[in-house]
Amino acid sequence: MDDFLWRALLAGVGIALIAGPLGCFIVWRRMAYFGDTLAHSALLGIALGFLINLNLMFSTLIVCVVIALLLVILKSQKGLANDTLLGILAHSTLSLGLVALAFLQNDGLRIDLYGYLFGDLLAVTRSDLYWIYGGGSLILLGLIRVWQSLLSITLHEELAQVEAVPVVWIHLLFMLMVALVIAIAMKIVGILLITSLLIIPAAAARNFARTPEQMAFLASLIGSLAVVVGLYMSWHWDIPTGPSVVLAASCLFILSLIRAR
Amino acid sequence: MVGFVAWWVSLSLYPPYACKFCRVGRAIAKPTISTLRFFCFMFSNNILVKVQNISVKIQGNDILDNISLDVERGRIVTLIGPNGAGKSTLVRIVLGLVKPNYGSVFRQTGIRIGYMPQNLSIDPILPITVIGFLRLSRVKTDIQQVVAEVGISHLLDRPIQKISGGEMQRVLLARALLREPDLLVLDEPIQGVDITGQSELYELISKIRQERGCGILMVSHDLHLVMAATDYVVCLNKHLCCSGHPEAVTKDPAYLKLFGTAIYTHKHKS
Repeated sequence: MDDFLWRALLAGVGIALIAGPLGCFIVWRRMAYFGDTLAHSALLGIALGFLINLNLMFSTLIVCVVIALLLVILKSQKGLANDTLLGILAHSTLSLGLVALAFLQNDGLRIDLYGYLFGDLLAVTRSDLYWIYGGGSLILLGLIRVWQSLLSITLHEELAQVEAVPVVWIHLLFMLMVALVIAIAMKIVGILLITSLLIIPAAAARNFARTPEQMAFLASLIGSLAVVVGLYMSWHWDIPTGPSVVLAASCLFILSLIRAR
Repeated sequence: MVGFVAWWVSLSLYPPYACKFCRVGRAIAKPTISTLRFFCFMFSNNILVKVQNISVKIQGNDILDNISLDVERGRIVTLIGPNGAGKSTLVRIVLGLVKPNYGSVFRQTGIRIGYMPQNLSIDPILPITVIGFLRLSRVKTDIQQVVAEVGISHLLDRPIQKISGGEMQRVLLARALLREPDLLVLDEPIQGVDITGQSELYELISKIRQERGCGILMVSHDLHLVMAATDYVVCLNKHLCCSGHPEAVTKDPAYLKLFGTAIYTHKHKS
């Protein structure tokens, strides 16, 4: 097997391992659209990275965190329904990113826009791998540390608050983790498909789990399997990797439905 | 003792506070008085939470207007009132989740509060068993003992979405008790429970009070069943309508005006 295939496999599995437990929380907390909004805004991060010559993952992370904080502030204003707000922000930031990149392209920048939108797993470099495994272990450690508190908040926020869980801090930390996972997963499955890698394995794991921990573990496993199968399909039929991984995950989800019946 | 004397002196010095039942309508306390009362409160450790002349406005609407309330160790205080009367808001104030716009809340330092929220529904997408849910309270208390106390030992390994409304209320009660609370706050504990289950649950609550000696603040809009299981009733409708012993409250004109006479004359066998 070629070197770039090994790198792709390592990167994909690394992302799937983190996306499993984090995706479970996104599903439990009904934050799928929130994740989507952050992912859409990632394109703005890429434009920013090119503009000021920054590492693209880092600039994406910054933009995602800013958007997440903006969402929290706007949400507390109570003017608009949450999904309306997310919809406005998601597509505004995506369009802004596209426009900014178009200006940069007019100035002579050559970028693979398709790769950023739908992912380019086969172009993973060694430094991408460091980002994935470094950032991934950071997220995993953080998640293990706040696991009980985050679960308690997810079930009943006020009960958690009475039981002295630092609700605001845990919320912020969770958003930061989601932003980080989007920044490092962007290159693999692409901006438009990141949320699916978070949500589909978690949803597929539900039918086999009795405890939250089991569900998180199974989601990681199913996600990794989807990466392996998707990568193989991509290599075998010469189809784009991102969609191929997502489709593999979808097939696993459908299989899990059969088990549920 | 010192506290009690100081308390008594403060009461006799300032006539507006002389009578426990006439606080309604007496407005702003001078800072000196509140300071003095605060110290008295610190000394008399039977009072767990003292809510004084609080008002809450949300977006210009009065939710609560000039409410005072004491919860003491070993007593059951019940809040009743129609929907939208601000019962849950008052509970949130006692818990410290909401800050009042006016007035003050004194919580005795170091007390532990156990909270049983109103109807908790858990999304089926989150797989969790009853024991897993109880473990989230993160305390070192013996879970088995508490579980036996509220009678849910047989449920521990069941998924929490697969238990009945009455069983769920007991699970929530167990989670509150795991904290070994000095003050137990129960928001509509009998919601979604059938009639026989309701009186059983009230009996359980009285038993918990007797055995643990904790103070209990309870919300209910059920009237007759709750009368038997409470020491002090506060009837709320944004302002404080009336309060006192259950017997006295049911005869109070403000109560009758709010709930009509039909309910009060109805004799429920319990």
